[in-house]
Amino acid sequence: MIRRDFALSALRGLIKPRDLVVAVYQSCFDWLALCPRDLNYVSTGAMGQASSHALGLAIGSPERQVIVLDGDGSLLMNLGSLVTIATVRPQHFLHLVFENGVYEVNGAHPTPGTGHVDFAAMAIAAGYQKAVSFSELETFEAALPALLAADGPVMAVLKIIPGEAYPRDYAYIHSAAARENFRAALNRNDG
Amino acid sequence: MSASVEPGHPEPPDGEAIIAQLKEAGVGVIVSVPDIVTSDGLLWPISKDPDFQLIRVCKEDEGVSICAALSYSDTRAVLLMQQTGLMDSLNAIRAIAMDYHQPVCMMVGLQGKAPGETVLGSASYGVRIIPPILDAMSLTHVGIENNTDTPHIAPAINSAYETGDALCFLIGQSPIWTGESA
Repeated sequence: MIRRDFALSALRGLIKPRDLVVAVYQSCFDWLALCPRDLNYVSTGAMGQASSHALGLAIGSPERQVIVLDGDGSLLMNLGSLVTIATVRPQHFLHLVFENGVYEVNGAHPTPGTGHVDFAAMAIAAGYQKAVSFSELETFEAALPALLAADGPVMAVLKIIPGEAYPRDYAYIHSAAARENFRAALNRNDG
Repeated sequence: MSASVEPGHPEPPDGEAIIAQLKEAGVGVIVSVPDIVTSDGLLWPISKDPDFQLIRVCKEDEGVSICAALSYSDTRAVLLMQQTGLMDSLNAIRAIAMDYHQPVCMMVGLQGKAPGETVLGSASYGVRIIPPILDAMSLTHVGIENNTDTPHIAPAINSAYETGDALCFLIGQSPIWTGESA
């Protein structure tokens, strides 16, 4: 199993200034602590919608790398988005699924299908170009540069355990400031 | 507001006129789950129109997120769906469009509304509850029943993107398509 903060730290080292990172729930809170930047898109609003927001960003800015930090419980709420994303086929689209088998911020109750659902297989079946599962940090770190460079959409499923307990700043992720910071940065960098 | 139609045989709106309004407002992306009310007069023509990028989604709430995210790059989009999909997406609309004050523009076919009925006076429970629900959400809605309504589309979309207010068109009659490309 991979500590989530270690996996996010590995990603942090490869993020480019123009990349768009869409993050949800605990992965979002951890990411905001580890890699605060204006091009973090945190205003996904409703559970399960991260992948769809990311697709909208990818359609609007097709030249940019879009990285989704999704959760297994969240993705289960929007499995159809896998098919939609695969159909649109955004070229620079890395979908990271942090799989811990529970609804972590809602009391850590188990998700349906815990231990049995194969998200990578679902992604391939939906039409993703590539999908791989990882349960060791070193293997993920070694594969990450190629995953970011591959033609999308690509999924990487990380079997994770919590790491450092970063604060859950709901006020920020739902704030107008978070949205305005992202909008300004996106358009500033478009020039 | 609700659609107001006199009893009798009102002429349905022209699909060409609605599509022209979408183009006038700068809409370049249509996100849709098919709806029988708008299928022949809007969605099929849009699917063949190179001025639009059509994103076919599996479920309508995907479209709420896609449209909102597109607004960050000033890409104008409309989510085309049936009122059943609208109902299924209310939490996404509540959070992403309303709580976040983002210009999600929706065009909703009212399946089950008979010609000559007003929306509020429809015999269909699933139709007549729509305006009060949108009112409860403070979501602006505009009835599109005939060709006198269609000129309101472009100004309403322009206003939505200027103010950040979400917007919902309620299509009360199946638009007619007479164009050759349908």
